[in-house]
Amino acid sequence: MKKIASLFLATAMVASLLVGCGNTATTSDSAAESTTTADGAAFKIGGIGPITGGAAVYGTAVKNAAQIAVDEINEAGGINGTPIEYRFEDDEHDAEKSVNAYNTLKDWNMQILMGTVTSTPSIAVSEKTKEDNMFQLTPSGSAVACVQYDNAFRVCFSDPNQGTKSAQYIGENKLATKVAVIFDSSDVYSSGIKDTFVAEAPNQGIEVVAEGSFTADNKTDFTTQLLQAKDAGAELVFLPIYYQEATLILSQANSMGYAPLFFGCDGLDGILAVENFDKSLAEGVMLLTPFAADSADEATQAFVAKYQEKYGEIPNQFAADAYDAIYAIKAAIEQSGATADMSVSDLCEALKKGITEIELNGLTGEGMTWTADGEVNKAPKAVKIVDGVYTAM
Amino acid sequence: MSFITYLINGISLGSVYAIIALGYTMVYGIAKMLNFAHGDVIMVGGFVAFTAITTLGISPLLSVLISIVICTALGIAIEKIAYKPLRKATPLAVLITAIGVSYFLQNVALLVFGSDTKLFSSVVNVPDLSLAEGQILITGETIVTILACIVIMIVLSLFIKKTKSGQAMLAVSEDKGAAELMGVNVNKTISLTFAIGSGLAAIAGVLLCSAYPTLNPYTGAMPGIKAFVAAVFGGIGSIPGAFIGGILLGVIENLSKAYISSQLSDAIVFSVLIIVLLVKPTGILGKKISEKV
Repeated sequence: MKKIASLFLATAMVASLLVGCGNTATTSDSAAESTTTADGAAFKIGGIGPITGGAAVYGTAVKNAAQIAVDEINEAGGINGTPIEYRFEDDEHDAEKSVNAYNTLKDWNMQILMGTVTSTPSIAVSEKTKEDNMFQLTPSGSAVACVQYDNAFRVCFSDPNQGTKSAQYIGENKLATKVAVIFDSSDVYSSGIKDTFVAEAPNQGIEVVAEGSFTADNKTDFTTQLLQAKDAGAELVFLPIYYQEATLILSQANSMGYAPLFFGCDGLDGILAVENFDKSLAEGVMLLTPFAADSADEATQAFVAKYQEKYGEIPNQFAADAYDAIYAIKAAIEQSGATADMSVSDLCEALKKGITEIELNGLTGEGMTWTADGEVNKAPKAVKIVDGVYTAM
Repeated sequence: MSFITYLINGISLGSVYAIIALGYTMVYGIAKMLNFAHGDVIMVGGFVAFTAITTLGISPLLSVLISIVICTALGIAIEKIAYKPLRKATPLAVLITAIGVSYFLQNVALLVFGSDTKLFSSVVNVPDLSLAEGQILITGETIVTILACIVIMIVLSLFIKKTKSGQAMLAVSEDKGAAELMGVNVNKTISLTFAIGSGLAAIAGVLLCSAYPTLNPYTGAMPGIKAFVAAVFGGIGSIPGAFIGGILLGVIENLSKAYISSQLSDAIVFSVLIIVLLVKPTGILGKKISEKV
């Protein structure tokens, strides 16, 4: 009886495998067929990011904002007269699914990748784009390894870069001379920023008077770290951490009557959306983020209005990064004189050179330039929370 | 002056550990099993109170009562479904089951409440105590947690010493077989132990979330482990031991954070535990039971 059962199960398994193969074969065939006609007539830009799952808010913003940029460019006559075709695939913030999404887009004959949105999948996909020599521009993959290969570039600052820029911002705007840092020593994002911040601080005339750390296992009680900062006379507390812990730090500082300036990086973006959080605690908190939706400049206003009209939401910094990414690709194509009938690899070589020669005025910075190692140069911007909203400084 | 503040913060943290450790030590002392799901029952208690207060708009005090009732029922259910069938199995099998229950509760909470952290508004309505012209501040949550801890400790000790059910618990803890022969209903006694332990977990959950106002499906996990350490530290099975162990753990953790290194604080806490266990293997107040052959 057992034998029969196992035989049956084995057959079922083999059958399901075969069915699986058959399915994938047919879908990829049809995808290839449907697109062969368009080859060479348009630049095919693919995008990858999480539009479902825990990080969906980031991927959705990128998807929507890139669509706006693509529509704008196509309406204005495309890039050197060639339109853009744009397709976005979901990766659920998962490295494996991201590689699958990349393969799907390759079946669609993607020529340029604008993605991926989050760091871990981005690193996995960059191995593939390296193999295929495909030009990759990530809007928001901030881990160092995202652009480790010469075909990959990014629009946002890298993690360690944020530390340097924060120190420069605090120094140049004379926000404080005595600074305390509270960081998560078990998180690469947080400790990466802290290291570069502490290294840059002396150059900006900033004295780091206290360094308090916590770990993922020990992140509920911050009174000790705050008291150390207070005793050391810190006028500003630098928080290169995510917003969940920051809410606790703010409320504990408030209950012990300690009111320094608080300054954070993009990890604090989202603090106002925490359920039940007393927004008045975040009053005056500053964060280094490249984009503030209420900024007065014309380009931002136009973009925010368009995004709101189309998607009913106020765009976040990820949206702005993606919008700039599409325009950076456009500028690089124009600079290098690349055409849509070039092979993926030739296009990559052209764009690699092209992107280092352009200067882009985008939503996330004026006069952005890129270096050959994939990093962007732009002036850091900060926003301040005033009356419960992010306000440009 | 800072030293006193660090010390008070340590006692505040320690009293939360202590209240969780009471539940651990109670279940271990009587059922002789480590209920690793205890920390997650705390999380459930927090979520029940959170939902009652925020979503249903029930008054905080009533919410705490609802939370206690639901956690007690949950504790009895866990015991009946997961642990009772294993009463005769090896302790290792029960331990693994407890870890399984712990993950089960975490993942169910993840499904129901999502992974984003919720902010818990404190249910404690006691004003902060300010000493030495405002230089030392003891929060209302700390006062309530310490008082609750002491009250629970006294009530539990009296319950075990003075009532019939308590005597039955003592009998079961000493020798299950002999207790059964003497007419004690062992299954019922163990169920009762779990019910009390889980009810305590609900109180601990509400106080933990009031003192450190965040709540997510993993909220109970780390305090649960720390409280287990506190229970071992004080002598597992001993009710005053759990209290002393919890307070000491919190104080050591906070002082080493303040004066040695905030990164090394956990390492220091566990080193102290190892030293204590080397010197006194049964913990600070643990009884040494000599087994006769």
